[in-house]
Amino acid sequence: MRTHKILRTQAFRIVAIYLAIFALSAFALVAFVYWNTARVLDRETDATIQAEVTGLVEQYQRLPFYTFTDVIIGRSVRGDEGLYLLANNNHRVIAGNLDSWPQISPAENGLVEFSYQRRIGAETQLRRARGEVFMLAQGFYLLVARDVDERRQLESVFQTALLWGTGLMILIGLAGGFLISRRVLTRLDAINRTSGQIVEGDLSQRVPEGHGGDEFDDLAHNLNRMLDRIERLLRGIREVSDNVAHDLRSPLNRLRNRLELAAMNQPPDSETARDIEAAVQETDRLIGTFNSLLLIAEAEAGSVRETIHEISLTDVIEGVGELYCPLAEEKGQHFSVAIPPSGAVIRGNRNLISQALANLVDNAIKYTPAGGHVAVTLENSGDQAVLNVDDDGPGIPPADRERVTQRFVRLESSRNSPGTGLGLSLVAAVARLHEGRLNFGDHHPGLRATLSFRRVGDEPRPAKIVTPELLPQPEPVG
Amino acid sequence: MRVLVVEDDLEAQRYLVKGLKEAGHVVDEAADGETGLTLALSRPYDVAIIDRMLPRLDGLRLVETLRQERNTTPVLFLSALSDVDDRIKGLRAGGDDYLTKPYAFAELLARLDALVRRRDPGSIKTRVAVGDLELDLLSRTARRNGSAIELQPREFRLLEYLMRHAGQIVTRTMLLENVWEYHFDPQTNVIDVHISRLRAKIDKGFEAPLLHTVRGAGYMIRAHA
Repeated sequence: MRTHKILRTQAFRIVAIYLAIFALSAFALVAFVYWNTARVLDRETDATIQAEVTGLVEQYQRLPFYTFTDVIIGRSVRGDEGLYLLANNNHRVIAGNLDSWPQISPAENGLVEFSYQRRIGAETQLRRARGEVFMLAQGFYLLVARDVDERRQLESVFQTALLWGTGLMILIGLAGGFLISRRVLTRLDAINRTSGQIVEGDLSQRVPEGHGGDEFDDLAHNLNRMLDRIERLLRGIREVSDNVAHDLRSPLNRLRNRLELAAMNQPPDSETARDIEAAVQETDRLIGTFNSLLLIAEAEAGSVRETIHEISLTDVIEGVGELYCPLAEEKGQHFSVAIPPSGAVIRGNRNLISQALANLVDNAIKYTPAGGHVAVTLENSGDQAVLNVDDDGPGIPPADRERVTQRFVRLESSRNSPGTGLGLSLVAAVARLHEGRLNFGDHHPGLRATLSFRRVGDEPRPAKIVTPELLPQPEPVG
Repeated sequence: MRVLVVEDDLEAQRYLVKGLKEAGHVVDEAADGETGLTLALSRPYDVAIIDRMLPRLDGLRLVETLRQERNTTPVLFLSALSDVDDRIKGLRAGGDDYLTKPYAFAELLARLDALVRRRDPGSIKTRVAVGDLELDLLSRTARRNGSAIELQPREFRLLEYLMRHAGQIVTRTMLLENVWEYHFDPQTNVIDVHISRLRAKIDKGFEAPLLHTVRGAGYMIRAHA
């Protein structure tokens, strides 16, 4: 299962950090105890050896050499752990219970350590010993040592156990952390999945709640209560906006009717008639803005799901292209449409998508100078149908691209052009309604507005590329 | 013509009735669905204007009942509902046209005219003519004064719609809805550009223009000024 994801969970990280701290402190504690014990034992041995050496040196000075040799031989056969060796200045053995002068290596406290062979029955063992070398007068060497092989073996077992123990602890800890994280992740995944569906507009979803009463159940319960409340609030807003729609439309309707009736009673071209005409136009602008706002609100609330069908983007593009081509040509612009042979089928509301595309084309024509180009193209990229509207106009600075889709936002550069500041908001709302995207990019020069939708399939029809020649031609002048 | 108005907003109803009467129509009015249904079933009307939301009997139910009773009076729905789906619901219930409030009175009048004319049994024709302009609906060709006029398919549909409603005012919204099948307001008046192209094709070089602009309302094709 998603191992990588589990390793990145907070639960796993916490487990890993605690494990590291615990392993380190356990290791340090055991290592300290071991080191101290070993040191105390070694010191005891060292003291015994040093005392024995001092005693023997004293006897060497007191006794004749052959008697001293007997002392050494006597101690050698005593059969305890003591090791003795008396050698001449060429390390030739004179007396003692070692066969030859061993290869010695220095240890702490001026002592040495070495390995030696010991015969036990028929077997020979290589064992460790620790001792002191003393140079006697007349160039003789005296080695007094104790067998520490058992202690060294014990130490090595101890070290191995320490390493294995720490390793196992880390391994078991990690496995435990992995399992705990997976459990946490499973619970969180359920919550995340539900949240994702809710973000996509399905507010009826609820997070699964367990009956264990743990903190995840509490979280799920609270999330669900929050969602209930959001759903209630949204329904409230929708009711309010429906009521506002009704309550404002009716008076606007009466206002317009009243003005129209008043105009009927005036002689045409009188000053009053012109004033009324202007008032009617102002009312119409108000109505237009109002209608756009309501339409955006509807699209955002996703209340048009009933009229969503499989539609052909080719039809949408050709329809809008044909509607706007004459306008572009009247402004002296080159207008072109390019659709790949496969076309694209998407699920959507034909009228809303046409309106969204019309708004983009309308803007492109509005901001492109005479002689410029306006091009509408369809591209299929993976499971996306991508609609581009390119123009040669001034474009939108990258910093403003996010902002232009907000309601009533009009850029400084377009303040003097007609418009309500709602056109792109509607396009963005239509894109969101269809789970598509509206993006703005650079067309070098000009603007590339991109609408992308999830593609359902190809269009079952022959290849068709519409060029300006197939669209209504401008009349030759004269 | 005889018009039935079913509208619960009394002030809106008053202006509607007054405007219709001034336009020369005979008007009956009702303020709720039940009264409206009784009136619609008891007398013949040329057209009925019915608000979508009515007390006692909802506008949709009213029209559904009317159609069940085999009453074919053309119905124009008026609605303050903003839902995009509402138009579809209205037409599915048996309405013939759908106008969202607030609307222009000129728009309403033009649509009423179009609705009544549509009932005219003579409207299934293969040829339409206005003055010396003739349209052959089978071969999709146009001739004026005997000489052929080259038209793009959409221009043909535009001209056909105008000629089928010769002598009536046709609004820009009606053209957008019926010729282009769009139910939205283009930001720029693109229809005017299409009309001026069509005008250049059918009227250029002729003394008497056929395609007229009606200020504040729309367009009209007619033979004599």
